[in-house]
Amino acid sequence: MVELSQQEVEHLRQVAKTIRCHVVHTISQAGVGHPGGSLSEADILAALYFHVMRLDPQRPDWPERDRFVLSKGHGAAGLYATLAERGFFSPEELATFGRIDSRLQVHPDMHLLPGVEVSTGALGQGISVALGMAMAARLDGKDIRVYCLIGDGESQEGQVWEAAEAAAHHKVDNLTVILDDNGVQLMGPVSQIMETAPVADKWRSFNWHVIEIDGHDVAQVVAALEAAREVKGRPTIVIAHTVKGKGVSYMEGQSAWHGKPPNAQQLAQALAELGCCAEGGLDG
Amino acid sequence: MVEAVRDAFGHALVELARENPDIVALDADLASSTRMIYFAEAIPERFFQMGIAEQNMMGVAAGMALMGKIPFVGTFAVFASRRACDQVAISVGHCRANVKIVGAYPGLVSGNNGATHQAMEDMAIMRAIPHMMVVDPADDVEMAQAVRAIAAYQGPVYLRATRDAWPRVSPQGYRFELGKAVRVREGGDITLVGSGMMTSQCLEAAELLAAEGIAARVLHVATVKPIDVDAIVQAAEETGALVTAENHSIYGGLGSAVAEVLVEHAPAPMARIGIRDCYGECGTNEALLAKYGLSPVHIAEAAHQVLQRN
Repeated sequence: MVELSQQEVEHLRQVAKTIRCHVVHTISQAGVGHPGGSLSEADILAALYFHVMRLDPQRPDWPERDRFVLSKGHGAAGLYATLAERGFFSPEELATFGRIDSRLQVHPDMHLLPGVEVSTGALGQGISVALGMAMAARLDGKDIRVYCLIGDGESQEGQVWEAAEAAAHHKVDNLTVILDDNGVQLMGPVSQIMETAPVADKWRSFNWHVIEIDGHDVAQVVAALEAAREVKGRPTIVIAHTVKGKGVSYMEGQSAWHGKPPNAQQLAQALAELGCCAEGGLDG
Repeated sequence: MVEAVRDAFGHALVELARENPDIVALDADLASSTRMIYFAEAIPERFFQMGIAEQNMMGVAAGMALMGKIPFVGTFAVFASRRACDQVAISVGHCRANVKIVGAYPGLVSGNNGATHQAMEDMAIMRAIPHMMVVDPADDVEMAQAVRAIAAYQGPVYLRATRDAWPRVSPQGYRFELGKAVRVREGGDITLVGSGMMTSQCLEAAELLAAEGIAARVLHVATVKPIDVDAIVQAAEETGALVTAENHSIYGGLGSAVAEVLVEHAPAPMARIGIRDCYGECGTNEALLAKYGLSPVHIAEAAHQVLQRN
């Protein structure tokens, strides 16, 4: 495993920042969307799409590509910003988010947008689909990894644990699940709505390899995802400790910003804090 | 010899999978009942035991399908339709994943397991899910052909697989076609429309009616969705009255589908034979069909009532 150079780390940080700029701008302009979880996942998506995953934006259907499944489908704005920056479609199209006839549904539609692998949004389902993809790739002897991002609130769904049990039972080691452990869901802190702790112990007891990281440190994210690739005989979960609404002071840790778009004044503050220009891209 | 429908399913799946390496099978600890066990024994490397966890199983099947596999998912009809409903709707349906869902032991005749195992609404649920095809074969011959036909079709399919052997309905040299109803008895006075094993009950009812001088046509509708509109319109125009018979609730299944066609294309008097908004219970198939109004006698009585309205 090669450590990231300082230049690579800086690049991924810039990408994550650009994703965040798009997220707040897109959601504010659309008047709909989920900023909190789209901001908490930004560094993870930057690491996946700009360093870790094998993919080709010019050939979104390339059979040998790695797969990414956004099981926490409400993080769509973050995924779209990432795909646009990576070249799957023009960032200008982000302005259509949530509108009638848009390819950018508020929860991802695999049939509309290149780069979206699975239709998600019904929580708990994406992880099972990702498991099936990994099992099929293994059956064909293909060197394809499947990455799946789940939420901590989502982990209250029983299906997540059905999938966890099955993945370990079938020793599916080409599946990496990443938990965006941002601690907050729609109605409040996860610990108050339905405690999911001790999360790492739960996954360990399901016979998964567990790696815990700071989900906003891109170097740690890359290192964990690359370490997961070396784990044989069982699936790996990267528990990424994150902050809901990361990067926008008034959103951080606030359940109120799970699914609320910022107004024009709030957007201006968010863009300023993130260091973005008014169109949602990077400043300067 | 007439084979049990589930055995015909199990054997046909193995035969097909030997020819097509993309076929995989997923089970939720019921393979000995669904007869997917034949696949598990013959081709273990493509058989996946998913445990008693149907929701995850549907998602895994969808994921395999998105990678180019043709997964057959086996469980009881109650669990395929109710337990895993959202997974079928989103992971399979919305993704238009090429998954073949096998709902075993559907309806009243569920191997004497009682109410919790009797799927009365599985076709209603599956019919309402966009892109989902619904197939309810009558006998062993048709089941064997249906397995091949749904595998050759690209898209999600719900296949009902009854447990037992039922009188053979498929004519000599029968060639099953998805979406096509088939006349299994000619007649001009009324049409008895059956799906699944109820078509055999319709044929018995037609015999009862013949003894009274009424010539009943029997139309077998294996593909309940998309339904063969032309065949139903033709039956309405040529015989003037219809009775539907299904091993399912009278809400949302074959009777509803036929009524929808008639109302829009060829209004005609009709009656529905099926489960009348209730849960079932234990008992032999014969006792259950008699108690819940699905026997040939009930079908013949319904025919009389419809003809009186004509």
